[in-house]
This record gives sequence, structure tokens and C-alpha cells, in this order.
Amino acid sequence: MPSELVRLIGKRLAQLLIVLLIVSFFTFLLVRLLPGDPTNVIIPFGTDAQREALRSDLGLDKSFLGQYWSYVTGLLQGDFGTQYSSGRPVSDLVNQSLPVSLQLMIYAQFLALFFAIPLGILTAYRNGTRTDNALNTSAFALLALPNFVLALLLSFFVGAELKWLPTGGYAPGLLDGIFDSSRSPDLDEHIRFMILPAITLAVGQIAVYMRLLRSDMIATLQENFITMAKAKGISNRRILWRHALRPSSLTLLTVAGLNVGTLIGGAVVVEVIYQIPGMGLKIFQAINAREYVELQSYIVVIATLFVLINFFVDFLYSVLDPRIRRARAAV
Amino acid sequence: MPAPPSEPFGRQVESAAETIVGESVDAGFLGEGAEIRASAVSAGNEGKRSRGKPFGLGAKLAMGWMAFVVVMAILAKAGILTWGDAQESVARCARKGPFADEGGASGYLLGCDSNGRNMAARLALGAWTSMLVATGAIALGFLVGGTLGLTAGYFSGKVDTFLTGMFNVLLSVPSVIMALALVAFLQGSPSEAATSGLPAEMILIIAIGVVSVPLVGRITRASALSWAQREFVLAARAQGAKNGRVMAREVLPNVLPAMFSISLLGIAVAIVAEGTLSILGVGVRPPTPSWGNIIALDRGNLFKSPHIVFEASILIFLTVLSLNYLGDVIRARFDVREGAL
Repeated sequence: MPSELVRLIGKRLAQLLIVLLIVSFFTFLLVRLLPGDPTNVIIPFGTDAQREALRSDLGLDKSFLGQYWSYVTGLLQGDFGTQYSSGRPVSDLVNQSLPVSLQLMIYAQFLALFFAIPLGILTAYRNGTRTDNALNTSAFALLALPNFVLALLLSFFVGAELKWLPTGGYAPGLLDGIFDSSRSPDLDEHIRFMILPAITLAVGQIAVYMRLLRSDMIATLQENFITMAKAKGISNRRILWRHALRPSSLTLLTVAGLNVGTLIGGAVVVEVIYQIPGMGLKIFQAINAREYVELQSYIVVIATLFVLINFFVDFLYSVLDPRIRRARAAV
Repeated sequence: MPAPPSEPFGRQVESAAETIVGESVDAGFLGEGAEIRASAVSAGNEGKRSRGKPFGLGAKLAMGWMAFVVVMAILAKAGILTWGDAQESVARCARKGPFADEGGASGYLLGCDSNGRNMAARLALGAWTSMLVATGAIALGFLVGGTLGLTAGYFSGKVDTFLTGMFNVLLSVPSVIMALALVAFLQGSPSEAATSGLPAEMILIIAIGVVSVPLVGRITRASALSWAQREFVLAARAQGAKNGRVMAREVLPNVLPAMFSISLLGIAVAIVAEGTLSILGVGVRPPTPSWGNIIALDRGNLFKSPHIVFEASILIFLTVLSLNYLGDVIRARFDVREGAL
């Protein structure tokens, strides 16, 4: 078993490296192909000679592969390069914006699962009843509601009309303090700023997760061990939560894991609408400001996160379902 | 996909996960979430085939709405629709909603935008732009992604490993960010001479289309993979048919239903994508209206004159809802079940 585990980890790490190499290469390629000259950003009124000097300072005069090589070797040493316009290290910017997006994602994911799991169990248990139909129809309608529409709706009704919550802005939370010790968390404000964005991101996921769990749960409830549990006289509540939920949660877990990566993407528009200084807003600004180095760093960070999360989801499988653990051990 | 006997569960889970990733299409953006995944539940789980049954009320309403939108879009584009001029500014009407006091928006069915332009006319013309971009993008995505997916599924082996690897790499960059970067690349910098000269609609079609390629590719691949192992494909090959012919004549017709059933959902997602990119400032350029840029232009006036944003939002919502619903119905009719592979 341990040697099996080591082999699996080794295989996964190799995969991770390959994906990262390819992603960083294509990001680099795409970002280089983006129009606009970065020297225009730094010295808008510079002479041609100054521009040339600057280009060689930035390493932009090197060949494409040469630039890529120095970029990758830098990345491995934790050096993301510097932002053109301010000269600040990009790693600082990543340190500031990554925790913001991570927190938003965690809240959204937590909210989504918090509502989706009980609803999924309920609809599976009440399969075919009016409750099931009503909840399914609502989920279907929620799926057709784009993030930006929901964001605007919420900021209009909850933010502007009821004046319960702010419609834009940010205050640092716990993770911000961990990533950057100069920022002290202000939890009350942080939560107030994050409620609407988190709900916006969560709503669509609730619908997705609920329907996923429902279908898997319905299948599980037909299995023999459930009949056995019923025969033993175990209460329905206990059967649903203790016996049926775990084996039914594999698909849900996969999708939830995959969504963490894609939620960052979905967060772009939410962060832009609510003016939250996370990776999404930064990427949006970096593209508009032609900040190549900054942009490619964000994308590589997101891709890394995405691959890492899938890596962990894969491990969680074996924890959740002993059958997979045994099947893997038998290889 | 026949599971190798040595690891029955691992493979099963992986292929299930694959199906899920491949089919992720919902209103979030390309790939964020899982419309079809969920629809497989209603269509597939109970195992009922609804082919030949009459359409239900929901399907009729959805078809009716889509017919209305499409006809409105075409008539508005052709200039036959007389709800007014989409570009003419009328100062007295500016920012007035449909229920504004007299002397303001009277005569304007849906009020006016912040420039005093007729909302009804702009929404109708915007329907044309949005539908054009969405349909074009999905057509492009299906052409490229479908071809690649079919090739990967048919040849399997190294070709498949390479193409699937490419799809996975493309999917590891969130689609919004990918689309945003593609649009920025294709648009060129407005301040510099080196613009690509492509119309904004075309740029959006390419960007959204490219992003949809890996998603379509994976679904097509999964379907092609199972069909390519069937006896009739072997028979065709035994008769001396070339690969191209077998792919086009034997495998493709069987893969098409699966592709068609997701095309409507794809269009729905692309409509949302157009809106998202507009909000991010890289949508269709004004003065041409699209549903997305109507919202983006007057997002700042949300609190004072919410009708502008909400009218366009309602149109997007109803259209996406109808397309999702119709996609489900088609899926049930063709009994497309990726999970059963």
C-alpha cells in the first residue's frame, strides 16, 4: 500500500509538472502575442534609444525561447518578475490578490455545499413528489441566471434599495493577514463586503450540486446495503446522512473540486462588478494595462491551483469510498 | 469505455468525472458549472424515452419564446420592425423607464437608455447581435472541437492522448480569462495602429468559439470512442473503407445527436459569455447594441434607472432558460446518455 501510494504521488507530480510546463509555455506565447508595447506603458514619451535600452533591461530583446527560459527558471525560484508600471515584484501582487480570491471562493463553495447537500438529500428522499419538483424547477431557473445579472440584481435590491450591505469594496480577512502580515484583518467589515459576492457565486453552484447529489443519491438508495440498514431498523435520517451520503458524494466532490479552479474564472466578473481586488479584477486590469509579466503570473498561479486541487480530490476519493482504495491497492 | 478488470472502480469514477467535465455547460460561463450534467438526471435517470411524445407546455413556451426572439432579431436587423430608431437620442426620454411620469417616456414601450435611445428598438437589434455572436461562436466551436474530438475518439492511442492532453491544458485556464485574453489579442490596442481590423462581432465569435473547442471536443471524443469500437465500423473497415470515410459516414452520424443536444445549451452559454465579456469592457463596440453591452453601458445607472439593466437581463434570462429547457427536451428525445458509455 505505501509503495502504491508513492507511485501514485510520483505519477501525479509528473503530470503536474507537464501540465504546468505546457500551460506556462502557452500563456507565455499568448501573452507575448497580445498587442501593445510594454515600453509604451513604462515610458510613454521616451525616445527610441531609451526604449531600446529599456527593452534590453527587461530582457525583451532576447529570443522568444530565451525569454521563456529565464521566465521559467525565475518561476522555480519564486521570482515572478516585476510589474512594468510600478516596478513592484509581481509576487507581492499575487500575495495580495490571491488570498482575496481564495476567500471568496471558499465562502462561495461553503455556502453552496451548505445549502446543496441537505437539498440534494431531501429531493432524493422525496423523489417524484411535489417538493422534489418544486426544488428541481427552482434549480433549473437558477441555472439560467448569469452571474453578472445576479450580481446586479443583488446590489440593486439588497445594496441600494434595502441598504443592508455595501455594493462594492473590500476589507482584509484572515487569509490576507496570513499572506501579507502588514494587512490586519477587519473581520466584521470583511464579512459585510463578501456576503453579496459569495452569494452571487454560490447560487448557480447550489443548483448544480443539488441536482448532482440527487441523482447519485437516488441510485445509492436502491442498493442492497440500504435495504439492509432499513431492515435493521435504522432511522431514515441516519440512513440518509450516515449510510447513503458518503458513497453518493463522489461525483459531487469531483465537480466541487473542479469548480474551485473554474470559480476563479467565474469570479472575474463578480470581482469587477463588486470591485473586489482579487485575482479576477487584477487580471482584468492587467489585460487592459498590457502588463504581460503580471498577467502570465496570475494565469500560471490559477492553473497550478487547479491542477493541485484535482490532485487532492483524487486522494479524497479513496478516503470516501473504501472500494476505490481496495481497487487501487490491487493494481 | 470497457473498464479494465484490474481497477473497476477507479476507472469508473474517472470516466464519470470525465463525462462531467466534458459536459459542463451552464449559465455561469463556458465550463463553469454543469447544466447538462444536471439535465442527464431528468432525461436519463428514470430511463424513460420520450421520443414520439407530444411536447409539453414548457417546451411549447420555450419554443414560442425562441421563435419570438429570433423573428424579432431578424425583423429588427432587416429594418422592418417599427419600434423606433435604435440610435436616435431623444433628450426628454433619457433614463426614463416605461412607467415614468407623463411627458417623459410616453410613446416608448420600454422607456429609454441613458442617451435617450428607444429601449425596445435597441433590445430588438441587440437580440440580433447577441444571437449572431452566440450562434457563430458555437458553430465555430462545433466545427473545430467536433473534428478534433472525432479524430481523437476514432484513432484513440497516441492521437487521442495528445488531443485529450491539449483539451485538458486548455481547460486548466479558466474560460473567462482565456476568452478575455483572446479578445484583447484579436482586438489590438485601440491606441496603436496595429489593430487587427476585424469587426468586434467576429472577434467575439472567434474568442468564444475557441474557448468552447475543448468542451465540445471532449464530449465528441467520449461519444466517438464508443462508436468507433462497434462492429459496423469494423465491417466498413474490412470492406476497405478509408479512415476519412469511416469517420464521416459511420461514426459521425452516430455522434451527431449527442452534439446537437448540447448545441442549444452551448448557444445559451455563449449568450451569457457575450454579456460577461461586455461587462468586462471587451464586448461589441457601441453604438451597435447587444444585450450584453446594453447592460454594460448603463451599469453605472443601475440605482437611478434600473429598467435599462433589468430589461436586458430579463431577455437574457428568458432566452437562456428556454434554450436550456429545449436542450433538455432534445436530449430526452434522442436519449443521449454520456454516462452510459
